[in-house]
Amino acid sequence: MGRKLLLEKAHIPGIRSYEVYRREGGYASVEKALRMAPADVVEEVKKSGLRGRGGAGFPTGMKWSFLAKPEGVPRYLVCNADESEPGTFKDRYLMEFIPHLLIEGLIAASWALGSNRTYIYIRGEYAWIVDILEQAIVEANANGWLGKNILGTGFDCQIYVQRGAGAYICGEETALIESLEGKRGNPRIKPPFPAVKGLWDCPTVVNNVETLAAVVPILNIGGEEYAKIGVGRSTGTKLISACGNINKPGVYEIDMNISVEEFIYSDEYCGGIAHGKRLKACIPGGSSVPILPANLLLKTAKGETRMMHYEGLADGGFATGSMMGSGGFIVLDEDQCIVRHTLTLARFYRHESCGQCSPCREGTGWMEKILNKIEYGKGQLSDIDLLWDIQRKIEGNTICPLGDAAAWPVAAAIRHFRDEFEWHVNNPELSQQRNFGLAHYAEALTTV
Amino acid sequence: MTQFSDTRLAEVRQIIDRYPEGKQKSALIPVLHMAQEDFSGWLSPETMDYVASLLQLEPIEVYEVATFYSMFNTQPVGSHVFEVCHTGPCMLRGSDDIISYIKGKLGIGVGETTADGLFTLKTVECLGACGYAPMMQLGKHYREHLTPEKVDAIIEECRQSVA
Ligand SMILES: Cc1cc2nc3c(=O)[nH]c(=O)nc-3n(C[C@H](O)[C@H](O)[C@H](O)COP(=O)(O)O)c2cc1C
Ligand code: SF4
Ligand code: FES
Repeated sequence: MGRKLLLEKAHIPGIRSYEVYRREGGYASVEKALRMAPADVVEEVKKSGLRGRGGAGFPTGMKWSFLAKPEGVPRYLVCNADESEPGTFKDRYLMEFIPHLLIEGLIAASWALGSNRTYIYIRGEYAWIVDILEQAIVEANANGWLGKNILGTGFDCQIYVQRGAGAYICGEETALIESLEGKRGNPRIKPPFPAVKGLWDCPTVVNNVETLAAVVPILNIGGEEYAKIGVGRSTGTKLISACGNINKPGVYEIDMNISVEEFIYSDEYCGGIAHGKRLKACIPGGSSVPILPANLLLKTAKGETRMMHYEGLADGGFATGSMMGSGGFIVLDEDQCIVRHTLTLARFYRHESCGQCSPCREGTGWMEKILNKIEYGKGQLSDIDLLWDIQRKIEGNTICPLGDAAAWPVAAAIRHFRDEFEWHVNNPELSQQRNFGLAHYAEALTTV
Repeated sequence: MTQFSDTRLAEVRQIIDRYPEGKQKSALIPVLHMAQEDFSGWLSPETMDYVASLLQLEPIEVYEVATFYSMFNTQPVGSHVFEVCHTGPCMLRGSDDIISYIKGKLGIGVGETTADGLFTLKTVECLGACGYAPMMQLGKHYREHLTPEKVDAIIEECRQSVA
């Protein structure tokens, strides 16, 4: 059994209510934080080695220490609960089942950063979770953890929930800020970074839900202790949302010291591939990260066991590795068609492009069209090269990373499954069938 | 007449209070959600103009936001909108079949509304329920692990709620 720091108590009956949460030791980290100087709280988070759980993996303590502190200007903490990366549903789970954990982390972080108005920007579709969070905020206020002069420290803080309205791009931090200001979610050109000029042009920190929840165990057990969990620069625990063709889709908390093979086949986690089928491929960190064929997923190119941590998943770079990303773990069994799956992702990015930069706006549309042609048996071999060419021209040429995120899945699909694209072109009449009998399968393993 | 009730107007004022002085434009998206709920499930030009006047914004500031976000309907919709996810992870678990089933059952295509005005079918991109696929959003809630039988039951439930 791995160590659990975030979801350990998520299944205690009634944990959603303040009463039970508090009885189980909730809000101790706020009591602790408010007795510390804000800079010392930042220091503790630095020591923990915590890296942002929203996708980029940037060290949280360092991000916090970059926050500008001009005299007389308010600073803001914004929690990113936009969670729209296909394959990712971990933040939802945390907010739905143990909402006070997020509120607790937000209060401690608001103290550390000096934010008196803290916003949770949540994707509009999670409408019922807004009610759950607002209830938790009401309870936190009623018990003196929010409001004026919290615990007699003179610190005032309020948390507000802001609903988005359906736009993946609003998960990008500057688009999120624009949206929170009541505008279209068009990402801003950086610099200036939000740490200097963010919400209403004030210094702002944007952090993911899981990142902010992790502040609670960090303060409770201490940054150094937290850093001992996991391996190397992958400290602490990570929530993984597992989906696709596995026996037990769901949200799992792992300490980053297990192998990908164990994660997929162990009964504690995914429980193996559904219907006794073989593993074909996996996108281990949300739709934006490269897909890996089974052989490269379970072992690195050097033949070593691939581990479920930032460095392990990235081993081999984009040539033979992938990324931890948002922790959205998408598993494809032997019957799944890579072209069709890639087409749905290309359609997703075309739909979600904000349209500000031509390479992204036009390129995502072209990629979808070409993939559509290939999938429906109307493609030519030269289309595969064209697709490759387009994705390369998007990558690195856009205002925000959505362009890269759209390019990478297409690039990786061609890199590892070119034969399957060619098969579609060469067998147009069969192109709608799903079982291609191609290489790269992993034999079905008995559960470990 | 497009006009919020007094309780709703009080809610709008509460929302504006969440932001610093002078930043009430931030209330736009929350208020558009309220308007869509209260005024037939979609944002007509008249509704958008009303929201603009309420928040002291230019109408264009409202139009440009309403048309950017996929949850806002700028065309009329049926009383029950089935928003079925069709992104990769849901596709892996049979969303294509569920969408075909709903189309057949309701006799409409994606983006269409039944003649009786009861149902609209939409396909949407990942809703953060990939582990519970196939799924759809119906009003404020998600319906997950969809099967043809479940779809039948949901359609029946919707019919009952209107009757
Ligand atoms: C297109 C795009 C979508 C993103 N979506 C999310 C999201 O839904 N949730 C999230 O926490 N971060 C998302 N991010 C990352 C954020 O920009 C930002 O890096 C993150 O919220 C920082 O928090 P962290 O340091 O705690 O990870 C997205 C980035 C991009 C480019
Ligand atoms: S890369 Fe795409 S989503 Fe990002 S700013 Fe440019 S057009 Fe918008
Ligand atoms: S892909 Fe359908 S909910 Fe994520």
